[in-house]
Amino acid sequence: MKRMDPVRTVDNAFFWDAAEAERLDIQACEACDVLWHPPRPMCPKCHSTELTPRTMSGKGKLYSWSMPIHPPAWGFEEPPIVALIDLDEGVRLVSNLVGVDPESITNDMPVTVGFAETPKSKVPFFTAADSGGSE
Amino acid sequence: MKNRPSHAVIAGIGQTEFSKESGRSEQQLAAECIKMALDDAGIAAADVDGVVTFTLDNSDDVSTMRSLGFDQLNYISRLPHGGGASVATLAHAQAAILSGTSEVVVIWRAMNERSQYRFGQPQQQIPVNASGSTFAEWCMPFGAQSPASWEGVVAQRYMHQYGATNEDFGSVSVTLRKHAATNPNAWFYEKPITIEDHQASRWVVAPAIRLLDCCQESDGGVAIIVTTPERAKDLKQTPVYLRGAVQRLPFEHEIISDYYYADDITRQDIYSTTAKDLKEQSGIAPQETQVAMIYDNFTPQIFSQLEGYGYCGVGEAKDYIKDGHLELDGSSPLSPNGGHIGEGYIHGLNLMTEGIRQVRGSAANQVKNVDSVFLGAGVGGAIIAKGLD
Ligand SMILES: [Zn+2]
Repeated sequence: MKRMDPVRTVDNAFFWDAAEAERLDIQACEACDVLWHPPRPMCPKCHSTELTPRTMSGKGKLYSWSMPIHPPAWGFEEPPIVALIDLDEGVRLVSNLVGVDPESITNDMPVTVGFAETPKSKVPFFTAADSGGSE
Repeated sequence: MKNRPSHAVIAGIGQTEFSKESGRSEQQLAAECIKMALDDAGIAAADVDGVVTFTLDNSDDVSTMRSLGFDQLNYISRLPHGGGASVATLAHAQAAILSGTSEVVVIWRAMNERSQYRFGQPQQQIPVNASGSTFAEWCMPFGAQSPASWEGVVAQRYMHQYGATNEDFGSVSVTLRKHAATNPNAWFYEKPITIEDHQASRWVVAPAIRLLDCCQESDGGVAIIVTTPERAKDLKQTPVYLRGAVQRLPFEHEIISDYYYADDITRQDIYSTTAKDLKEQSGIAPQETQVAMIYDNFTPQIFSQLEGYGYCGVGEAKDYIKDGHLELDGSSPLSPNGGHIGEGYIHGLNLMTEGIRQVRGSAANQVKNVDSVFLGAGVGGAIIAKGLD
């Protein structure tokens, strides 16, 4: 059983293209030097439409988490850990925390990115920073 | 041109039974509850000239008009954000009335959310750009596919920061089930629970939400009639004044959460700015009313709303609840009908009609000496009252 494929749109395609190449890219307005997530067609600060992907370090902290148990989430054999990740670069995204026993999860623990396959694409997930980034 | 009214008033309410299987179409439930609300007010269906509803249901202006025989609509509004917009419908009805665009506005919700589909279940399909919100697009591949899972991550951070436990959240369910137990219209009439029952219920989303932290899924319809004070003079009911009504959407807000925006997601400015604006409009702050009708989809939402609307300080909700403020004889009784958890989940509308009954003095669990009631839900809030002072 695999995760659902992400939905591609014109404005988010760069994110999933990067994920398939095992890169974590976030949209940046170079003029403002600001990152935006979720991506959008126009920078809300300067109204430029010249937005470009910027590759992240893949390092961050676990801001928050939860574990959907019942009813079970589609695409997972075991209940996943849904995670809000604060990237070191200052952006928050929804992902999974993988390979960590729920009992030993701590808020703000350092995490690092990995990538998991879906039927047609890949999505970023996170592991404890000291565990090497495998699912 | 007619004089523009100074206020909008609520003249009628109607509701079907709340069940787990209505046995009829959602369009029929809509027609029935609107007819009951019009009869309660004493207004002919042909006189309805405005309708306001919100997303995530299946009856609309055309279908209700076709069944009820509205003569002509001059104002049609459908708010985004689902049940979070339930109370914000009053801001739209008020705009229609105060501008002189409409004289009789119907607000309704009718759903078979239990028998026809399971509203709270994980969704298997990802809605792309649904209702102007993209957050599902970013959540679903990670297993965050249901309202409880979206709420769960916010609640976990709250637990971490303020030392609240799932048992603390359970105090809301125990209170609301106690209220429902003496409300004959409630699904959980005569079925109170203890905190031990709550703690024995299964996890929906660990470590924040058990089954008994969730609202029900219900079938039913509820409608409200809003009109002018002038028109209400000749109607059957003593009008309930809409003293203030707010719709609110802060930058980067999405359904349920501010995942991407707020540095601290446990602080929801959407609620505090709503309370501030309601005080300015009506002269009454939420905690100065006698009854709190606050949207209970999941118990942690009551915590963040009590704090955001100003009933208590941030992180203090667990102690505020323990001190008994939400009980029927407390300083701010919470949803005396039992709320969505105890009475039924008609997507916010049954909380609004309970607030109206509390002002009228006709509720099953009538609170004493009610002059005003606060209605709060997600992207909106309102103060309703007996009069203008
Ligand atoms: Zn910019």
